[in-house]
Amino acid sequence: MSAALQIPLDPRDRGGPAQPLLLVENLRKHFPVRGGILNRQTATVQAVDDVSFSVRKGETLGIVGESGCGKSTTARLLMRLIEPDAGDVIFDGDAVGDRRGISVNDMRRQMQMVFQDSYTSLNPRMTMVESIAYAPRMHGTPRREAIDRAEMLLHRVGLNPRQYARRYPHELSGGQRQRVNIARALALEPRLVILDEAVAALDKSVEAQVLNLLGELKESLNLTYLFISHDLNVVEYMSDRVMVMYLGRVVEAGPVESIYRHPRHPYTRALFASKPTLDPDRRTTEMPLTGDPPNPINPPSGCRFRTRCAFAQPRCAERVPELLAPVAGDADASHVVACHVPEAQTPKHHTTEVGHA
Amino acid sequence: MSATTIKQGHDARMSSTLQTEIAITTPDMPVGGVTPGYWKSVAGRLLRDKVTMAVTLVILGILFITLGAPLVTSYDPYAGSIMTRLKPIGTPGHWLGTDETGRDLWTRLCYGGRMSLLAAILPVTIALIAGGFLGVLAGYAGGRVGTLIMRTMDVFYAFPSILLAIAICGLLGNGLSNSIIALAVVFIPPMVRVSETVTSQARGLDFVEAARASGTTTLQIIRHHVLANVLGPILVYATSLISVSIILSAGLSFLGLGVTPPQPEWGLMLNSLRQAIYVQPYVAALPGLMIFITSMSFNLMSDGFRSAMDVRLNK
Amino acid sequence: MLLFVVRRLFQAIPILLGVSLVVFGLVHIVPGNPIDMLMPPEASPEVIAQMKAAFGFDKPLYMQYILWLLRAVQGDFGLSVFNATPVWGQLITALGNTFVLAILAAMLGFTMGILLGLVSALNHGRWPDKLFSAVATVGVSLPHYWCAIVLVLAFAVFHDWLPAQGMGDDSLPLYQRLEYLVLPVVTLSLIPMGVIGRLVRATVLDIIGQDFVGALSAKGLARWPVIRHICKNAAPPVLALMGLQFGYLLGGSILVETVFNWPGSGNLLNLAIFRRDIPVLQATILVLAAFFVMLNLLVDIAQAAIDPRIRR
Repeated sequence: MSAALQIPLDPRDRGGPAQPLLLVENLRKHFPVRGGILNRQTATVQAVDDVSFSVRKGETLGIVGESGCGKSTTARLLMRLIEPDAGDVIFDGDAVGDRRGISVNDMRRQMQMVFQDSYTSLNPRMTMVESIAYAPRMHGTPRREAIDRAEMLLHRVGLNPRQYARRYPHELSGGQRQRVNIARALALEPRLVILDEAVAALDKSVEAQVLNLLGELKESLNLTYLFISHDLNVVEYMSDRVMVMYLGRVVEAGPVESIYRHPRHPYTRALFASKPTLDPDRRTTEMPLTGDPPNPINPPSGCRFRTRCAFAQPRCAERVPELLAPVAGDADASHVVACHVPEAQTPKHHTTEVGHA
Repeated sequence: MSATTIKQGHDARMSSTLQTEIAITTPDMPVGGVTPGYWKSVAGRLLRDKVTMAVTLVILGILFITLGAPLVTSYDPYAGSIMTRLKPIGTPGHWLGTDETGRDLWTRLCYGGRMSLLAAILPVTIALIAGGFLGVLAGYAGGRVGTLIMRTMDVFYAFPSILLAIAICGLLGNGLSNSIIALAVVFIPPMVRVSETVTSQARGLDFVEAARASGTTTLQIIRHHVLANVLGPILVYATSLISVSIILSAGLSFLGLGVTPPQPEWGLMLNSLRQAIYVQPYVAALPGLMIFITSMSFNLMSDGFRSAMDVRLNK
Repeated sequence: MLLFVVRRLFQAIPILLGVSLVVFGLVHIVPGNPIDMLMPPEASPEVIAQMKAAFGFDKPLYMQYILWLLRAVQGDFGLSVFNATPVWGQLITALGNTFVLAILAAMLGFTMGILLGLVSALNHGRWPDKLFSAVATVGVSLPHYWCAIVLVLAFAVFHDWLPAQGMGDDSLPLYQRLEYLVLPVVTLSLIPMGVIGRLVRATVLDIIGQDFVGALSAKGLARWPVIRHICKNAAPPVLALMGLQFGYLLGGSILVETVFNWPGSGNLLNLAIFRRDIPVLQATILVLAAFFVMLNLLVDIAQAAIDPRIRR
């Protein structure tokens, strides 16, 4: 699924198609860890550390990584559910929270989020239409109009309003609830939707339906997605570009094709190697990822992956590798990787292609 | 809330109620398990629960004979006669006997219940409003405000409740209003703690985050998302506090710290009849029996509500 | 573990300070001066001023607080304004008497509670369980001052088996003095019995439902060793509650002491209130509350020692 080539004009569009919808620069969030006798701050968890990326209009940016790598924290930082320690978020050319830019509240009308847990993300005491109509009503839409629109949205996400509008969350299945959550996110007519593991809790067959729904909605409503998942297959299916995170940092980013065919960072390769495949011809000889990620309270110096990396060298401990496009080769210049060991990027023993569904 | 030391209740009895209360709101049953459709099933389970129905009838009966005292007795609760002092149970005209100044005991019990119930329910109501407000505030705001509120409550938790109530009441002097103030002060900290716990649990739920993410203001979130979901557990806890409150408020009067004579009140009656224990032992025990029945009924009613609201039971 | 203990100790200090502030503040929520209330209306202003100076009531409030606290820490609570004897002495005697009651009541109540809780959990749903649930509910909602009266009725009025009041004379032989203890101890033990029994029942049922108990039985372990495993796992919460209950027994026995005329701390407090004896009142509340805080601290530490998960 590629980005829509022709982006119809959205009256809210300010910079035109060339301007990224979302530009994130050096986003950082460190959580204090308290302890000791007087409950002082004794350490910090570097949940998100100097993360920069951009999301183009109309594309889907996938974010992958193991649990605890900072994917969800990034999403919450973007929504300002938690305050970032540092960094800039620029939404369609306007700095979020800046006096000359766009306020957090205005940003939230254009950027919405779907959570992983379909049950806890719906108020158990509200019916489906109430939940969907809630945010528009709080923003001043008259009740009748908000409810009519909510019913339309229910229809849009494939649920018959007559049947489902007056139901409560516990009366719906997980897939149905997640459709409602999507409808709720769409109720404010956002331009960017963050999908934080939105399909992770669903059964495989339901997951496929919801993914297709997301695809259709994107086309017809000109949405831009930030698609967060730990499921490599799903990310490949959904995304135009992919960003790989490890322990709060971006280690690799680029077009989906390029990343999935030629992963460059040792971590990305190990991650793909751990992806199960049923095809015997596609079994890889790549070393799978072993052990748990290091404690984010005291991340390794330099490259954070070096403690689990087969190619680690002394300099990996000394300097933080920057995200750079490869100097030579046929590689795409938009495919960037944060690694000190370029030669490790084309291992000799890597004969068959990494599993590619 | 780590800082102290004191985890459960505050009175010997409260500790048990508070503890089970928190148990229903731990992850097994997120506060979010409460829905209107769900209320229907709660009501259904309550109607099938014979014990709860029975004690609810008992409570209604007590309310009837106390509030409707003039309907069930024709005596004046203050008018006694030396001629009829300390008659036994079953005396014609005085089926429950008479007290030490010859007043009809049934009449005294009916009118006395008004004072006892008032002195027990009003402090819990005050604590429900004040403690609920502070607890929701502390649970939702968290941070410094939350810490300040919770640490202050910890200090009050360091007093066994009877001790605190007696101390306050003793210093303010006796009287109904002082007894109510004293008990309200005693009940506010556990109320704050319960509502803080359920609120901070509710706050962490995704639907509250989702509401925040769509730009809903804090007040709207508390009104529409938090309060609706925490009110149930808080009210159940308040019901169980009434059971404790009846014993404590009557206890204060029993010590001579609450309601003043000649007002009829169960604790006070128990104390003044104590002198008559050798003459009319059964009559002397009656006011205490009323306290006991009322307290146990509220206790069982709150138990019934709690288990009817516990979704784990009907999975 | 040491860090945990030290941290808990540090956390108790602000609580204790807060407690002292509340105890001191309580006295001053009432307008007027303790001496004014005590002196006869015809007393001359000079005498009143003299009395105030003698008891330190002439200084500004915060100075009174600091001085009072500094002395209190050293165990000096001044003189009773009622009979001018040292408060400390009265308090120690009274606390000792209360302690005797509380310890015996705790031993009786805890043992009965644990036994009943265990028996009803192991017979879940059968008649011993139902009987115990009823008994526990009654025990928890019993106004114990009334229960005391009923017991006196039964054992001292109808049958002359036990003394109704007081704690006997020093001259009496020991077994006779013990007779005075029976009724107050039984009365006081009812609430801890009900509360502990309920918790033991709930905890044990919870543990029985967990997988590892099934695994133990599946392994072919006999009934008693399985029960031993259950008890080990049920210990921490029960222990915590026992600590708190002991605290309540110490601080909450005032009503029962009044009925039985037992010269303990509750009785002392009651007398102090009616005599408007502020120093005695403050000291009694402060010491009982401080004791309660320390008891909670001990419970926390003991719990952490048994269950490593609690340590942080």
